[in-house]
Amino acid sequence: MSSSGGKPSAGAGVLAESPQAGGHAGWAFLLRAVGALAIPVVAFTLLWVSFDFLRDEDANRILVVGVALVVGVGGVFFLYWAMNRVVDLLPERYREGVRPYVFVGPLLVILSVFLVYPVINTLLISFKDARGESFVGLENFKFVFTDDSMLRSIRNTAGWIVIVPLFGVSIGLAFATLADRLRRGEAVAKSLIFLPMAISFAGASITFRLIYSFRPEGFGSNIGLLNGIMVGLGQQPVPWLAQQPWNNLFLMVIMVWMQTGFAMVVLSAAIKSIPDEIIEAARIDGASEMQVFRRIVIPTILPTIVVVTTYMVINALKVFDIVFVIGSAEANGTEVIAERMIRWFFISAHDGRGAAIAIVLFVAIIPVMIWNMRRFREQEATR
Amino acid sequence: MSAAEARGVGESHRGGWIVRLTVLLIVLIWLIPTAGVLITSFRPEALVDSSGWWTALAHPFDAAGWTIENYRLALDTGGFENAFLNSLAVAIPSTVIPITIAAFAAYAFSWMEFRGRYLLFVAVVGLLVVPLQMALIPILRLYTSGATLFGLKLFPDLDLVGTFLGVWLAHTAFGLPLATYLLRNYIGSLPSSIIESAKIDGADHFTIFWRLVVPLSVPALAAFAIFQFLWVWNDLLVAYVFLGGTKEVQVLTLALANLVGARGENWHLLTAAAFISMSLPLAVFFSLQKYFVRGLTAGAVKG
Repeated sequence: MSSSGGKPSAGAGVLAESPQAGGHAGWAFLLRAVGALAIPVVAFTLLWVSFDFLRDEDANRILVVGVALVVGVGGVFFLYWAMNRVVDLLPERYREGVRPYVFVGPLLVILSVFLVYPVINTLLISFKDARGESFVGLENFKFVFTDDSMLRSIRNTAGWIVIVPLFGVSIGLAFATLADRLRRGEAVAKSLIFLPMAISFAGASITFRLIYSFRPEGFGSNIGLLNGIMVGLGQQPVPWLAQQPWNNLFLMVIMVWMQTGFAMVVLSAAIKSIPDEIIEAARIDGASEMQVFRRIVIPTILPTIVVVTTYMVINALKVFDIVFVIGSAEANGTEVIAERMIRWFFISAHDGRGAAIAIVLFVAIIPVMIWNMRRFREQEATR
Repeated sequence: MSAAEARGVGESHRGGWIVRLTVLLIVLIWLIPTAGVLITSFRPEALVDSSGWWTALAHPFDAAGWTIENYRLALDTGGFENAFLNSLAVAIPSTVIPITIAAFAAYAFSWMEFRGRYLLFVAVVGLLVVPLQMALIPILRLYTSGATLFGLKLFPDLDLVGTFLGVWLAHTAFGLPLATYLLRNYIGSLPSSIIESAKIDGADHFTIFWRLVVPLSVPALAAFAIFQFLWVWNDLLVAYVFLGGTKEVQVLTLALANLVGARGENWHLLTAAAFISMSLPLAVFFSLQKYFVRGLTAGAVKG
């Protein structure tokens, strides 16, 4: 990541040697250079003044919101534009070497500060004790791989990262394909599947209590739908969320319910970006709808399927809110890795263990990343 | 959809009743939990706790079984207008900034040559896995006191806590890995012939990006915009940590959480509050829906 900072500034020193062409051209160049340098300076000053204004707590709310919108939305694009202008003023042989770093630079800077730095911080803490003061070697990692509850959480998470993406992507793809063929009501149908995405994770867990809620006989009537059905059928109500190991599946249902909308929207966008000509040509050649789907649609959107699957695997790996809000993970055997991490970090206040669990989470994603890198190269080779 | 009809192709591939039935079935299954929330939000408090929400469907015209009191109560608590404005001021820049940054980066990762682009891209995607909760405390420390290493000031003390900028930057950082990943996938799959011919016509990278790639990527941009907006809108943790919980700066989720927290875990209020906060994201989704139209790239490629 270090390359981002160094490269663009290396170009700035070169500015000085160019105006030796002399005469008219030299002056023109100097004016342009000054102009171009002034643009980012003015931009930064303007942004800074507006930030100061936004900090002022007495200011009118609506005005603050308005300025926030203009600065936040317009400011960023202006920054790129200005940086690009500066690059244009570099001698030609440096220009195209520097420009990519102008395009990716802001990304790398922000990520370094907000994500890479915390990761390094966590790595350090993972070798330290509960208060993060003295080093304890691999003690925390030993805990991660020996503690019963931790081992259960690893087993459960393995289930999450297989089952949730499998169902989420399959249903999402099927629905995107089918909805695409509706004569009317595609937007409505898709919106209804997408609806759960508009609910927060914590909200969804609460929503599902209206489904899974359990009250033993004599403790009031059951307000959960599943037990309502059980009672209606003359059966005993079932404590769904305590049924090991099936309760894990019941929790996964919540995530599938929420995330299928994501898969569906992204896959639908990919399906719709397949040029009509290709599909029509196949149909004219007599391909059946199933053949069109398997031979054209699937291969064309395969990169998107990979992306969606990867994202859902990572999300399943990170799942925390659902298990946490439903509660009593340890008693029910529904622990997952991220939930353990939060528990040790924030509730049991053992920084070292929490950090070690986070590092395990981080390492678990490496195979997925290698798979992605391979796809990334393949895509470049074939386009 | 009108766009689909305008294509004027044969109707043979159009779904028959099987397709319609399957779609209907999936939609119905998906609606059950939401229906539970919606119905509960319109039922009186006493009934919510004593009978299942589906029983309300048995006698839908019984006026005693329905009420809008829950919504009135949820909205009457005050401070909602302000919270709504704050949520907008947080959510819109927190959606647009990461999209802009990620789109530029995705273009560079797809169509520009530079050292380490594979590695950098994979590193960016790898950051998807960083749990948000893990990053909050180090970032908060950066905001309040900067960072020093061996007496060297690495990161200035910007005093960003409680500012909109602080929240935007945090949301931007948390949204960037996914945005870059999704957009690189989409932008990287554009046909190289388009980019090449623009280069031959003398367009520089900035022009190609702005005039060609961005318009062609509207479906992907719109899709990501929706997710990021939803995520920011529903977020409670980031806004609470970086913006604070006072009445002036609180966002909608926080206002709702306070409402529920102040009155215990009340189903009738909780469900009404959930629907209030869902209304805007759904409006956004409906309004961006029209960008998911087939054939945006059609005709751009010759041969």
